[in-house]
Amino acid sequence: MKRREFLKISGALGAAGVMPGLLGGCTSQPLPGTGKVTTTPTVCNICFWQCAGTMYQEDGKPWKVVGHPDDPHCRGRLCTRGTGGIGSYEDPDRLRQPLLRVEGADGQEFKPVSWDEAFDFIARRMEAIGERHGRDRLALFSHGGGGKFFRTMLQAFGSDAYAHPSFAQCRGPRETGFGLTYGEGVGSPDRTDMSHSRCIVLIGSHIGENLHNSQVQTLTEAIGRGVNLITVDPRFSVPASKSRHWLAIKPGTDMALLLAWMNVLINEERYDKDYVANHCSGFDELAAHVQPFNPEWAYLETGIEPQRIRETARAMAAAAPATLIHPGRHTTWYGDDTQRSRAIAILNALLGSWGRPGGYYYQEKVKLPKFPAPKPPKPASDWKAVVQKDFPLVSTGISNVMVDASIGDDAFFKGWFVYATNLPMTLPAGHDKMEQAAQSLDLMVVVDTMPAEITGYADVVLPECTYLERYDQLRNKAERTPTLALRMPAFEPRYDSKPAWWMAKGIAGKLGLGEYFPYQDYKEVLDWQLKQVGSSLAEMEKVGVKAFPRKTPVYMEEGKPVQFNTPSGKIELYSGLLEEVGQDPLPKYTPPDRPPEGYYHLNYGRSPAHTFGRTINNPQLFELMPENAVWVHPAAAAVHGVASGDYVHLENPDGKRSQAIRVRVTQRIRPDSIFMVHGFGHTDPRQRLAYGVGADDAALMHNVKIDPVMGGTGLRASFVTLKKTSEAS
Amino acid sequence: MTTYAMVIDTITCIGCGDCVVACKTENKVPEGLNRDWVVEATSGEYPNLHTEFRSERCNHCSHATCVYACPTGASHYWKDTNIVLVAAEKCTGCKACIAACPYDARLIMRPEGYIDKCTFCHHRVDDGLDPACVASCPTHCMHFGMLDNPDSIVSRLLRERRHKALLPETGNEPNVYYLL
Repeated sequence: MKRREFLKISGALGAAGVMPGLLGGCTSQPLPGTGKVTTTPTVCNICFWQCAGTMYQEDGKPWKVVGHPDDPHCRGRLCTRGTGGIGSYEDPDRLRQPLLRVEGADGQEFKPVSWDEAFDFIARRMEAIGERHGRDRLALFSHGGGGKFFRTMLQAFGSDAYAHPSFAQCRGPRETGFGLTYGEGVGSPDRTDMSHSRCIVLIGSHIGENLHNSQVQTLTEAIGRGVNLITVDPRFSVPASKSRHWLAIKPGTDMALLLAWMNVLINEERYDKDYVANHCSGFDELAAHVQPFNPEWAYLETGIEPQRIRETARAMAAAAPATLIHPGRHTTWYGDDTQRSRAIAILNALLGSWGRPGGYYYQEKVKLPKFPAPKPPKPASDWKAVVQKDFPLVSTGISNVMVDASIGDDAFFKGWFVYATNLPMTLPAGHDKMEQAAQSLDLMVVVDTMPAEITGYADVVLPECTYLERYDQLRNKAERTPTLALRMPAFEPRYDSKPAWWMAKGIAGKLGLGEYFPYQDYKEVLDWQLKQVGSSLAEMEKVGVKAFPRKTPVYMEEGKPVQFNTPSGKIELYSGLLEEVGQDPLPKYTPPDRPPEGYYHLNYGRSPAHTFGRTINNPQLFELMPENAVWVHPAAAAVHGVASGDYVHLENPDGKRSQAIRVRVTQRIRPDSIFMVHGFGHTDPRQRLAYGVGADDAALMHNVKIDPVMGGTGLRASFVTLKKTSEAS
Repeated sequence: MTTYAMVIDTITCIGCGDCVVACKTENKVPEGLNRDWVVEATSGEYPNLHTEFRSERCNHCSHATCVYACPTGASHYWKDTNIVLVAAEKCTGCKACIAACPYDARLIMRPEGYIDKCTFCHHRVDDGLDPACVASCPTHCMHFGMLDNPDSIVSRLLRERRHKALLPETGNEPNVYYLL
């Protein structure tokens, strides 16, 4: 057994190459920055964090992109992916022109068409759906700001249904759980005040492997000054390696640990009594509810010794209220995820950390008036009451439920617009779902910069230009300081790609709905909006980022009553709303399913080099991380006779197999689990770098647990085994 | 003689590789080549583990064996500092420096074949800026400055924190330090 692993995880050195011996007449390349340098403000779009930066060009060629010093999202420093953002502009595999599915001599194929033809086709199909089924039967799936323009167009047409998969496949449980408890969610960027925390608890959250920029910066700042970091994870993650306590929990048992922590805080009277008395309701019910869940009980579920449960609970109480029980972000795990997020929210309330320095702060955004435009018509039906009637507490689209409502002849939805989200790899077993939906839908329009699995199902593919080639909505996110940031083109769009606003406006024009886009150029909207708040487009093109004065307090004002946006006006430890809809008003523990003999919990996560599957083909980021590996504990590796560097197929209990994936044997994981980075295993050959490398976790998910409160997909209840192969990825 | 040093805090480094990408874009390093890289070193047995991340590069040694090994004078110290550079026009591609470097920190430029390496971004140092890797790091774990100045951030950190350098036994006197 290896006692020490030594791995270069990035950067192959060039020294090993064999090159000719004698040279002459080489000249050193000119030093960077000695040519003609120009700069343009931008807002990064490599992930949803939307950091503001500056794009540098030298002698008319792209050079580098760096973070904007005045931006609270990035504090002057972009992350790995943002630094490699130019690769998305330079990627030779980008979508180049509109494509239309046609019947060719050898079956269906994509035919390059003009924008006018593409818009005509879309408008005709939309009108046909409107006539046959109703104008409310189109749905929008969107991840990213440009989706808003398609939403405007669809609302004008009469269809109001939309979903961000980032709700039902990611942070929906957290927003719902915190919303039920505090009357508002955590938001994005997350309102965690780690800069001031004295104790931080991460539950399955691997900040640092996900590079949510200001989250990483504030966490590492806290680590640098010796914060008491407690990490709960079946894997020795990067933050686990920085922690005073790594709790290598049995997968799926987090709720048991949370209940035991509440039990200790309450029974040892270490909770914030004043805060609970002043701001919370339902404490007595909670105190009675957690009595059975002592650390000895939790030990049997979680594998964490009772003494460590007590010790960590006491550490949280000692640092309170500057203790952050981190809400996590990707929280769709086991199906009881809203309840687990509720438990996290409740634990924070017991520690008095919401609204307090070192816990959760209050955010504020700029009050930016909307550009004057007509109000859209009232849709013919309330789609949520029809499609999402089982989830009455949810006010947004549940992507998996909407996909299901698109399959079959009597399905509600008849057409889709899909903006910048690769649903086949986003949804569990998404390929199968797409296959079915594609047979039912009368129209599927996909808007993206890159070809991907989803574009293969489209009737029409619309190539969007990258963030470095377009104006977009102003970035106006709630933050510590209200701030606006401008995205503007550094380059002319390559090929025949166009910005989303232009496409949505063009389709609206074909539908006779041009009045909903009352501008020729989106710059008019930006300038108008900026002038309403005392700036202008000309100013923003110079400064990139502008901060505005704060009007509300950052923290709760001590001693003053607080009105929470809940039915009781208090922090609801006991949730009457959940009780009304037949759900548990206090969080309960459900033991997780256990893997069959020879199978392992399938855990997945992020890498600092990539954003889901969206950046694998980015040449700069591909070079940094060209494939994923499956992490296997040495004991499990011995059972299957595999060593680091071998390739295996992962196989789930239904016999579904992954592409070949490289094995990494490591002590950094529990023997009952495997881990892999999500986003690899692309099957679309048009992404020439990403195609065929590594494995896709989403395709292996066979045991998807639907959250009864928010309807999302619990993605961490699946199992896989390893099948050795000689085939390399 | 001015001695520049880099001090990297392994307590806060997360091994994200931003330094690698920032170096490549700043210095326009060709595809497939790198001047810096990240190492992950794990020791111990589950569940008692220690993992250290290190951003590594040329150590700009005060006694740089690569400079002494170079038969043409292509490898040289920049101005009156410890920053080791390669003058491409003097480089014959003989690779003596590669053999002499204890850190495997040199690369062969494609397609020309001359030897290239980390420059501590001396073009930025001239302007009073940190090297691109230091300036991009989202964890602020990397620091750069003059060792000769007792008030510099690097001098202060080395005074106050436990640290190590890589392969000091070579006698090369490396100038990249890791805080522990």
